[in-house]
Amino acid sequence: MKAFLILEDGTVFEGTSIGSTREVISEIVFNTSMTGYLEVLTDPSYAGQAVTMTYPLIGNYGITEDMESKRSWVDGYIVRELSRTNSNFRSKGSIQDFLKEQDVPGIAGIDTRALTKLLREKGTMNGMITTDENYDLDVVLKKLKDYTVGDVVSKVTCDDVTVLKGSGKKVALLDFGAKNNIAKSLNERGCQVTIYPAHTKAETILSTNPDGIMLSNGPGDPKTCTTIIEEIKKLYASDVPIFAICLGHQLMALANGADTHKMKYGHRGGNHPVKDLQTGRVYISSQNHGYVVDTDTLDPSVAVPAFVNVNDGTNEGLKYTGKNIFTVQFHPEACPGPQDSGYLFDRFISMMGGAQ
Amino acid sequence: MPRDNSIKKVLVIGSGPIVIGQAAEFDYAGTQACRSLKEEGVEVVLVNSNPATIMTDKNIADHVYIEPLTVKVLEQIIMEEKPDSILPTLGGQAGLNLGMELAESGFLKEHGVRLIGTTAETIFKAEDRQAFKDTMEKIHEPVAASLVVHTVEDGIKFTNTIGYPVVLRPAYTLGGSGGGIAYNEEQLIEILTNGLRLSRVHEVLVERCIAGWKEIEYEVMRDAAGNCITVCNMENIDPVGVHTGDSIVVAPSQTIGDKEYQMLRTSALNIITELGITGGCNVQYALNPDSFEYCVIEVNPRVSRSSALASKATGYPIAKVAAKIALGYTLDEIKNAITGKTYASFEPMLDYCVVKIPRLPFDKFITAKRTLTTQMKATGEVMSICNNFEGALMKAIRSLEQHVDSLMAYEFHELSDEKLEEALHVVDDRRIFCIAEALRRGVSQEHIHDITRIDLWFIDKIQILVEMEQRLKSEELTVELLKEAKRIEFPDHVIADLCGKTTREVHDMRYANGIVAAYKMVDTCAAEFEAETPYYYSVYGSENEAVQTKDKKKVLVLGSGPIRIGQGVEFDYCSVHATWAFAKEGYETIIVNNNPETVSTDFDIADKLYFEPLTDEDVESIVDIEKPDGAVVQFGGQTAIKLTEALMKMGVPIFGTKAEDVDAAEDRELFDKILEETGIPRASGGTVYTASEAKEIANKIGYPVLVRPSYVLGGQGMQIAFNDQEIEEFIGIINQIAQDHPILVDKYLQGKEIEVDAVCDGTDILIPGIMEHIERTGVHSGDSISVYPANTISEVAKNKIVDYTERLAKALHVKGMINIQFIDMNDEIYVIEVNPRSSRTVPYISKVTGIPIVDLATQVITGHTLKELGYKPGLQPSAEYIAIKMPVFSFEKLRGAEIAMGPEMKSTGECLGIAKTFNEALYKAFLGAGVSLPKHKQMIMTVADKAKPESVEVAKRFAALGYKIYATRSTAKYLQEHGVEALWVNKISQESPNVMDLILGHKIDLVIDIPTAGHGDKSSDGFQIRRNAIETGVYCITAMDTANALARSLETAQNDFTLVDIAKVKNA
Repeated sequence: MKAFLILEDGTVFEGTSIGSTREVISEIVFNTSMTGYLEVLTDPSYAGQAVTMTYPLIGNYGITEDMESKRSWVDGYIVRELSRTNSNFRSKGSIQDFLKEQDVPGIAGIDTRALTKLLREKGTMNGMITTDENYDLDVVLKKLKDYTVGDVVSKVTCDDVTVLKGSGKKVALLDFGAKNNIAKSLNERGCQVTIYPAHTKAETILSTNPDGIMLSNGPGDPKTCTTIIEEIKKLYASDVPIFAICLGHQLMALANGADTHKMKYGHRGGNHPVKDLQTGRVYISSQNHGYVVDTDTLDPSVAVPAFVNVNDGTNEGLKYTGKNIFTVQFHPEACPGPQDSGYLFDRFISMMGGAQ
Repeated sequence: MPRDNSIKKVLVIGSGPIVIGQAAEFDYAGTQACRSLKEEGVEVVLVNSNPATIMTDKNIADHVYIEPLTVKVLEQIIMEEKPDSILPTLGGQAGLNLGMELAESGFLKEHGVRLIGTTAETIFKAEDRQAFKDTMEKIHEPVAASLVVHTVEDGIKFTNTIGYPVVLRPAYTLGGSGGGIAYNEEQLIEILTNGLRLSRVHEVLVERCIAGWKEIEYEVMRDAAGNCITVCNMENIDPVGVHTGDSIVVAPSQTIGDKEYQMLRTSALNIITELGITGGCNVQYALNPDSFEYCVIEVNPRVSRSSALASKATGYPIAKVAAKIALGYTLDEIKNAITGKTYASFEPMLDYCVVKIPRLPFDKFITAKRTLTTQMKATGEVMSICNNFEGALMKAIRSLEQHVDSLMAYEFHELSDEKLEEALHVVDDRRIFCIAEALRRGVSQEHIHDITRIDLWFIDKIQILVEMEQRLKSEELTVELLKEAKRIEFPDHVIADLCGKTTREVHDMRYANGIVAAYKMVDTCAAEFEAETPYYYSVYGSENEAVQTKDKKKVLVLGSGPIRIGQGVEFDYCSVHATWAFAKEGYETIIVNNNPETVSTDFDIADKLYFEPLTDEDVESIVDIEKPDGAVVQFGGQTAIKLTEALMKMGVPIFGTKAEDVDAAEDRELFDKILEETGIPRASGGTVYTASEAKEIANKIGYPVLVRPSYVLGGQGMQIAFNDQEIEEFIGIINQIAQDHPILVDKYLQGKEIEVDAVCDGTDILIPGIMEHIERTGVHSGDSISVYPANTISEVAKNKIVDYTERLAKALHVKGMINIQFIDMNDEIYVIEVNPRSSRTVPYISKVTGIPIVDLATQVITGHTLKELGYKPGLQPSAEYIAIKMPVFSFEKLRGAEIAMGPEMKSTGECLGIAKTFNEALYKAFLGAGVSLPKHKQMIMTVADKAKPESVEVAKRFAALGYKIYATRSTAKYLQEHGVEALWVNKISQESPNVMDLILGHKIDLVIDIPTAGHGDKSSDGFQIRRNAIETGVYCITAMDTANALARSLETAQNDFTLVDIAKVKNA
């Protein structure tokens, strides 16, 4: 069946429908990872977005257990080619079936490189994936202009508190759309991880006397998370060691008076070099963000940059002055992507007074 | 970390002559690194014995020594040039070993020189078997368990701890003979017993068998601050068991998930960190296809063939970055030259698929064993890029230029089902074609996978191509079907053949429906950032990114494709120089080539690079986009020349010599007419299509005759026939491939062979020099020792050569380069052949005369005259040096290959000996080719009857040098009768001790085996002696002239060399 991708600027790509034939309007972004399509599909940070994979051959090794959450969260999926076969000792099925089961609408067979260049030049745009050949472009464009991602954190966060047992430090993980590997990375290092829904009150968490608090990644515009920011202010004041990733990092900055802004087309991929300003060392990181903290708006007495992106100089991490708090924009939990910055979990544990 | 300013003068070691396993990739890496060092203001001293390389140009380094790569020569260079540092990681294994030897002997310390790039300690840890194993164990990186055993009992005991199957590798046996894989104890006992017996040191390595596992490679970089990145990973389609150089390789990996990808990536970074490498490094893994278990196969602590491939596959300039790291820079300080926006610490992301296919030399060595093993056999490779795997594979297949443009080849359709099943078990270069045929017959993918262990994903891709063949055969060719066929890169003529149309019809249908190639950019970043360097590949069904520029005149430079015997790195040298010269003349330059190992496909050589197959159709698609003002074909060897006609039809003017004149030189009748008109003699002969026509001519002119196809390079298929039977055989071989042009049959004349390269501007001719071959005619010019300036021909002959060259160049209206080979028979000069193009001697003659021949030819092509350029026409005065080009062979890598020299070229590379005197130049040339004699002063001679009279003189010379000469019966008798003390030794077929025992005793320096002219029978004694000599590392000579030259070089051997800095050679 034919499918169409219609962008806010009026560009139309014609391809083949994959997954669900449901019509969807979403923000269109691109990811440059060459492996890890399943981790991308199941990363809750993509809620509200349709993801274009720049690597043209997707689905080669099928569907495995490498899911970063219980289900797929992308609004739509855009690829050059889905492999008709899947080959890997762990493969349990095809990506075609997975997209259908997960009700993810998608489009294949389009020039994903041309689309990526367009997004690079014009910035992230809204778009519609539809199988309706008789779409009315004017109507569609109006709808696209009106679309906003909205409050997606509420959509992706967990409903109940869950605990991953461990004999080491007790960590409270606030789930704004957390990837599984965050809890897993801590748990593998011995931590007992208690996962809380995003809107949990600070008092509730602090009352359990955690050794440390972990603020997770998540989708959407951080500035829309106003109630959560208020709670984070309280967590900041508590003196409990805090480590935050991605959206968590942005929320902590907002809670401390800094500003964030939307990037032209963000960073999504597994190849971004980030520099640890303390050591000068450069690490290749996994990234997925469309917003960034403005370091200019940051009071140096509150926090100073700890990591910077080598390519474009944007902020990649903050160290909070006089506090046991550090936050990063990139993803030390990887999945997909390089594991180079996994050492940050160790740093967090030692910050909590745990083993090095 | 900023640049280390104490590094001011660096010695870069090259890799020497091109041999199998060490090819053009090191010219590419070395050239890039030298340019990168010079950019930083470093004074570069370069040493490499290979004159065909671009790196040995005086504009690449400040001081250039084309000298033998030995420790002694390097020590001498270091003492004269006093560099403060040595960069040994760019010259392959040869360069690395030399660097290590210099460090280990303490010489470097003594002279205050340090190794940069990577320390001696690091090299040791990566290269020494035990040290490597220990290092891997320390960081818990698994290697395949192995143990050296001396008894069968130990072997069984060890195997019981690691489990079956095991690989058994006897130490020091011929080409690994006596080894094998044991699946149970019975087999183990059998193979091990035999292996221990065959091994000279009674040693067999027992190793866990990981054949059939996935082979995955990572190219990693690390700087001195400890920052690491991976440039690229690659997956071999052929599982473990085939050398990665002989495997079809795809980048990035296709069949592993992010978990496996990152597991191996992290491992590679841990290894490079533990080894402390600063620069580039290649790590090869075997990955169990059914688990996360893996083994480290090998680590190369230097740039390698794989890193050249990774550089071209991603656009990331590994050698350039490695050089900057050696100077102290960190990855985040080095700008990515492709984007100009990102840094070297950014890992490349591909939004396309890359396929590499090796170029194997079995078309040249028809007797050689075709199976692929852990011993590399390929001479070169091609790479292709597409946004789907099928398309990349199809493009790579046709880039090989082996008359194969689809998966329907090599006659597998003729096999019975049983034979086909057997063929599937054979691991050779035709395996994918065999798989395709099996799929056509409905053999299941699983069954094929069970036999080949090739991943099902790849087998399915082959199936997709097979399905397209079937559809084209059975369905009507609709626009949709055509679009789909082009998406996966079926060439027009293959589509036409399958659906019963003409190529033209398919072509026209494509254009009428807008189904044309579009070009995408290789930008290192999957379009995330804007790129500045136009490096393109074609796809169908996509938006075109290649911008047609209009402000300048444009020239299309056609490259020479994969490195193969007969068409080596020399032609890349010419293409690159032509490109630079056109740029200097104000042209926009566009290179088309598909060889990932070469300088020409580096992103900053031409204004635009199209990484594409060199076929009519692929070039036409580029022409459609670029609309060049002209194309130049005379620098890209036969590959480019072959495209002349097609370019003319596309309306692209050929710059330089016109197509019809190129034709006149290749077409026998036209050429005969020209020779008649100009009054130049040549051997009598004629053109034929069939064996009976050939026999008729041969009997008319008299045997022996030279038989060869037209329009080939490197004497492919060329043979000397002595009788009707041989004619039948040779014509049969030639006609196995459909011939577009007739076969030539000429009287074979034996005399001195002379070669001339010249530049003609239409009026005047410049001849930089005359070269003379040491071997008489009958040995291919590429395999002959070539001497410049010619030193045994008379003035009369010289004048005739100059005169004939001028007449021929004018008669052929040559504009640019011309290469002519002559025979000198007592001052009578005959023409052998004329090539109105650049030749393999051009780089060498340019360097020794100081005359930039390709630059001149290019300037002439763009309208300048030689006089205007300041050159006096005619033969140039001789240079102040004697330069001798020595061929270098790779026979030991090709089991079963005939090594006897003949009219078909067999050498893979060359080295140079340059000195003030002939004798020193000759000695250096032999030394550069690895002939370092005497050692044991014992030799074997076996000489065919016809050559026996000449052998006496040779034997006497070696005897005078103190050599003990062994000879088989008739040779021994003849020598004894003529006063040479020769010891009689039994033939192989006779009882021990025989000649084979002598060779295997490792006490023989040299075998002089002059076979009966004609061709070698594989079972013959001579063939066996030659093969065994080669495989045990004994130097083997098959031409009497070569033997005399060696004797002369040994007679006059000197201990001290005078070194020549090529950069100081002035224009004559």
